Amino acid sequence: MSKEPVAVVGIGQTKHVAARHDVSIAGLVREAAQRALADAQLTWADIDAVVIGKAPDFFEGVMMPELYLADALGAVGKPMLRVHTAGSVGGSTALVAANLVAARVHRTVLTLAFEKQSESNAMWGLSLPIPFTQPLLAGAGGFFAPHVRAYMRRTGAPDTVGSLVAYKDRRNALLNPYAHLHEHDITLEKVQASPMLWDPIRYSETCPSSDGACAMVLTDRAGAARSPHPAAWVHGGAMRSEPTLFAGKDFVSPQAGKDCAAEVYRQAHITDPRREIDAVEMYVPFSWYEPMWLENLGFAAEGEGWKLTESGVTELDGDLPVNPSGGVLSTNPIGASGMIRFAEAALQVRGRAGEHQVEGARKALGHAYGGGAQFFSMWLVGAEPPTP
Amino acid sequence: MAPTGSGGPARPARDVAIVAFAQTDHLRRTDELSEVEMLMPVLHRVLDATGLKTSDIGFTCSGSSDYLAGRAFSFTMALDGVGAWPPISESHVEMDGAWALYEAWVKILTGEADTALVYSYGKSSPGEVRDVLTRQLDPYYVAPLWPDSVALAALQAQALIDAGEADEAALASIADRSRASATANPHAQVRGSRPPGDYVVRPLRTGDCPPVGDGAAAVILAAGDRVRELCARPAWIRGMDHRIEAHSLGVRDLTDSPSSRLAATHAGAFERPVDTAELHAPFTSQEVVLRKALKLGDGVAVNPSGGALAANPVMAAGLIRLGEAAARIHRGESDRALAHATSGPCLQQNLVAVLEGES
Repeated sequence: MSKEPVAVVGIGQTKHVAARHDVSIAGLVREAAQRALADAQLTWADIDAVVIGKAPDFFEGVMMPELYLADALGAVGKPMLRVHTAGSVGGSTALVAANLVAARVHRTVLTLAFEKQSESNAMWGLSLPIPFTQPLLAGAGGFFAPHVRAYMRRTGAPDTVGSLVAYKDRRNALLNPYAHLHEHDITLEKVQASPMLWDPIRYSETCPSSDGACAMVLTDRAGAARSPHPAAWVHGGAMRSEPTLFAGKDFVSPQAGKDCAAEVYRQAHITDPRREIDAVEMYVPFSWYEPMWLENLGFAAEGEGWKLTESGVTELDGDLPVNPSGGVLSTNPIGASGMIRFAEAALQVRGRAGEHQVEGARKALGHAYGGGAQFFSMWLVGAEPPTP
Repeated sequence: MAPTGSGGPARPARDVAIVAFAQTDHLRRTDELSEVEMLMPVLHRVLDATGLKTSDIGFTCSGSSDYLAGRAFSFTMALDGVGAWPPISESHVEMDGAWALYEAWVKILTGEADTALVYSYGKSSPGEVRDVLTRQLDPYYVAPLWPDSVALAALQAQALIDAGEADEAALASIADRSRASATANPHAQVRGSRPPGDYVVRPLRTGDCPPVGDGAAAVILAAGDRVRELCARPAWIRGMDHRIEAHSLGVRDLTDSPSSRLAATHAGAFERPVDTAELHAPFTSQEVVLRKALKLGDGVAVNPSGGALAANPVMAAGLIRLGEAAARIHRGESDRALAHATSGPCLQQNLVAVLEGES
């Protein structure tokens, strides 16, 4: 059976910062939603349904905040769904919204993801002790550092690769007006001299805690035809999950990530991702995840990801720009971070990424992951409508 | 098949049916069980009913709440119980499982999956659920006052009484009927005729309020050729829709449920009469509101399972309404049933599905 093609016609973000003391949670999400509507030149009345995502409710201390946010997002009288798939939620939320259009249940859907991390402390929110359960010790950094070390041991990557990624992403962020960290005096030496937090991850190789929201307007073929600006077309999208902990799990390159990418490439008729994809927005909360995911996503052979990074291929002017927006390393409102990756990929193929535009980008991949590297969501967007 | 936009009822693009349903026995406390241990037998039963294995399922979706579990990412442990290896196509809503079923239904409508496993669970016993639910209110103006779920429902009940649409005796009779119906439901937590009890929050008495309990439920959806292989008398989903209202109680008419009516319209519920309605009405007064909004006449069997007044495991109670309605069709006791789920204070958000016994 045929699916309706899905187009991204509106994108809005807040300026991500450490603490938005000037707005409520409702004010924050409304700001992003209104910018997405303005981009699409649509009004609240044009929206048939709202799909909202964020990471754990404990981060803001509001249980099921979509109930309280219904008014702020113009959802009264409409369907409203709330997705939660840990760190991958921003991507999953966009895919659930896209499915509503693809299934022809609705024509135009607003999807939004947010986190107002200044309301709490994310590291300790993730470290609650649970009886008989492996704790996520010292937040996400403590959990992921051993997997980075395993990657270094397995591939023989020199210990300088992580700092190259951080230096690149923070420089890219200077070109993105919405990015949280704008470190104008960044140098490679400063990254390498920053304090060691969870060996081998240094302070400057970690993501910040941000307040922020990202919204997109998704619509069908008829909606795209009315769009004032070029649309980004969804060529493929998938989610894959695997258990948190089990014997044989490969934390360096989880099978769910490989399977998810393979499914997206199958849908999008991509046979050689390295050559056919022009820009990648991947979820890199700690710098070393760039080379790791380059392998997991099929851009490099196993053990070779760090060589792409080291040779400059993933720089903004490289052959395969990764995180031209500055990525999660520069902006991390956790629940929104996945959607920002999806939205930034869409901006690239719409030619609307501003200073961090990858010239001639026609196909871009948005990627998100979450939990214990167990939840994956990805989409591939193109400047042209998909061929059936 | 027409796209809905915001128009009337639409025919789904694909015939999808509920082919299996399982639930726990709902209990006041399950201290000896983790959520995963509570859920596992239900997952096994619903899979056994169809002969499917986890690896046969095209899409999995669940509903639960971190606030009940008291920790972030609580659904990840349940996923371990599902046995997501090799990796599966999976998603989660931080909502009642009825909305997980909706997401799964949409996924099947895209053609990307032919079968789906939907589950949800909630343990209210570790905390005070009346207090916990206050955390879902407006965090700036309302939640700091800690108005609990029974107090808010009492406001709604009093509004109904003031409007002349119910009195305490009428509410008591709803409680009595529900719990009498539950005598035939081996999973129910509260069964049989019971006294109305004392006031909890005037005008609501013990009998007008749901029991606090722990429980889980699971459903399997299928489409196309798979349906007949898996179920002798499938419960076809003829339509499904959900709508939300403003959050603030001050801007809503608490004696009405326009979002339920709108969802029912889009689900096609008013095209032909239904013989059964499983309503997610945790308080007796809410059944009065829903009966009116959904135009349910006296000939409709309302909550033959006993409804949420007999068992109300938070986050699963809505999915159970869909499951109970489907099971009644599976057993040949209904030809056309309405199933309803709610979320938020005083029926803020509502989902309606129409299920039928014949293709």
